[in-house]
Amino acid sequence: MNKGKWRGFPKLNVSKAAGPLSSIGAIIVGLLVGLIILLFANSSKAFEGFGMILGGGLQSSKDLGNVLYYATPIIMTGMSVAFAFRTSLFNIGASGQFMMGAYGAVLVGVLGTGLGPFQWIVALLAAMVFGALWALLPGLLQAYRNVNIVISCIMTNYIGMYLVNWLVKGTVYNQMTNRSIAVAETANIPKMGLNEIFPGSSANGGIIIAIIIAIVIYILLNKTTFGYELRACGFNRYASRYAGINEKRAIVMSMLISGALAGIGGGLLYLAGSGKYIAVEDVLAVEGFTGISVALLGMSHPIGTLFAGLFIAYMTIGGSYMQLAGFVPEIIDIITAVIIYFAAFALILRSVLKRIRTRKGGD
Amino acid sequence: MDIVYFLVQQTMFFTIPLLVVALGGMFSERSGVINIALEGIMIAGGFCSVLFLNMMQDTMSGQMLLLFAVLIAMVSGAVFSMLHAYASINMKADQTISGTALNLLAPALAIFLARMIQPSNVQQINFTNTFRIEKVPVLGDIPVLGNLFFQNTYITTYLGVVILVIAAIVLYRTKFGLRMRACGEHPQAADVVGVSVYKMRYAGVMISGALAGLGGLIFVVTTSTNFNATVSGYGFLALAVLIFGQWKPYRIAGAALFFGLMKTIAATYSAVPFLAGLPISGYFYKMIPYIATLVVLVFSSKKSQAPRAEGIPYDKGAR
Repeated sequence: MNKGKWRGFPKLNVSKAAGPLSSIGAIIVGLLVGLIILLFANSSKAFEGFGMILGGGLQSSKDLGNVLYYATPIIMTGMSVAFAFRTSLFNIGASGQFMMGAYGAVLVGVLGTGLGPFQWIVALLAAMVFGALWALLPGLLQAYRNVNIVISCIMTNYIGMYLVNWLVKGTVYNQMTNRSIAVAETANIPKMGLNEIFPGSSANGGIIIAIIIAIVIYILLNKTTFGYELRACGFNRYASRYAGINEKRAIVMSMLISGALAGIGGGLLYLAGSGKYIAVEDVLAVEGFTGISVALLGMSHPIGTLFAGLFIAYMTIGGSYMQLAGFVPEIIDIITAVIIYFAAFALILRSVLKRIRTRKGGD
Repeated sequence: MDIVYFLVQQTMFFTIPLLVVALGGMFSERSGVINIALEGIMIAGGFCSVLFLNMMQDTMSGQMLLLFAVLIAMVSGAVFSMLHAYASINMKADQTISGTALNLLAPALAIFLARMIQPSNVQQINFTNTFRIEKVPVLGDIPVLGNLFFQNTYITTYLGVVILVIAAIVLYRTKFGLRMRACGEHPQAADVVGVSVYKMRYAGVMISGALAGLGGLIFVVTTSTNFNATVSGYGFLALAVLIFGQWKPYRIAGAALFFGLMKTIAATYSAVPFLAGLPISGYFYKMIPYIATLVVLVFSSKKSQAPRAEGIPYDKGAR
């Protein structure tokens, strides 16, 4: 046994886990724990708060639009982490790749005003390339120098954070506000009609782009030889090598695509036309770590990740309404953590289901 | 000379929490359980012990109070880590997932509870630092050595060194350590000769929880005067130190010291006349610890020695 893992980290079993059923079970447990916490914190307002969590994102079309807006970047980082998981690589460096992508987008968004209506496309491509290149380093180090990808990703997160601050200060810096200059109007992603469906919200074409990318990634992973090779390497590197698959290339390619996805996430957020600027602070981008939760909740499946991102964004909006009832928004994080914790039990659930099924078959 | 003393003292502040937490991670991983939850456990231990400091500082102070806080941090860290142990040992859960869940849970819970418990309703927990030792009696007067290691220090620094020695002895010189390593390398073989793999793994995770919790306290006490539900990514850095140190106690100590020194240079370059005079951006100095670690790893990773059974749930039936 134990042949199927890269050094240090095991192959994740989540993709074959008990399917959406276990996720739904975990969500129910998580929400129940949330309700108990609300009752414990303030029993008189607990059900009001719980209603906010469940229905806050549905209160108006503005809220629903903002769910889409919040979901977009974490769907992308989630897909980034999920993609690497499928090759058994733990890309904990999505945070750095996300920020590098954001910088690439803002750079083109501020300076590339001569590009006219193509500016946002070029800016988004720049985000993709910056993110991909930033993930290339840990990928190459893992493939050719056997440097544990978890460490190199943690290191490149910090290096990326400082590098982006440094670059922003040198190129697109607004000293008054200590953040990046606003991008040009033509660099913002078109609304694609979403501003009319969800008036007053920050919804924009980013979510549509994210959905298209999710479908493309799904096809790439499941319907092409290339995707099959990547998954085969994740499943058993030795068998794949024996079958003639170049595992080093698979690692590098997987990280490149993973980084590109995180980079696009950074681009989609900072080109959303919602007044986001890169703040020059020594803080790691939280979206990269939320992406891990999203990927795990989505069982490392591109489409699953899409729904997981929407779910977490929906809960976040509910959490912001919950503050009106006097609860701290961190309760949402607690619920999410409980959900992920119980989603980890999928293996047990699966074996129970299997036992029931075989027992039935025995009769 | 003063600048050297200052740098060495600063290096200790960065090194000791990394060392203690990475040693904790070592016990967990050598027993076969990946512990990516170190960050979360540090927060849990830091939260409980700093809350204790906050509540008790009117009745006690100084080293006695700190030692009690050390106990609280270790116990709370161990208890919190049981969530990870239960998921990964009994439930055979994916260890990366349950670790991630704990990392998400700890800061959220710390903020929620701090607001619930504190009358002021804020998430920061303040404490008065009465623990810094200006000069250790007698030892602090030794020329050079006294200045380097026995002035401007904390009792936790020596605790860290003691833990290193004990950890090395336990891992390599006791029956317990041998059995633990066996469970991380070949649990089936360990089970056949009568070692309870589940118990050893529980022990490994529990020790890692106690040490990570302690590391959380050390980090907060030596670098701040309040706790704000974060340990600034030190748990992840400790994970890097653990892998950098090849899962071996003294190499971990070396890795922690290396990283601590680099971090000190990054944090204090402006106070060192030679470095401050160079025409290099401050951002570059801030990147040095991470770049240097990568460079060292490029030349030292060819033969990596992770515990073989790490991350694989032990299934008695699959023997």
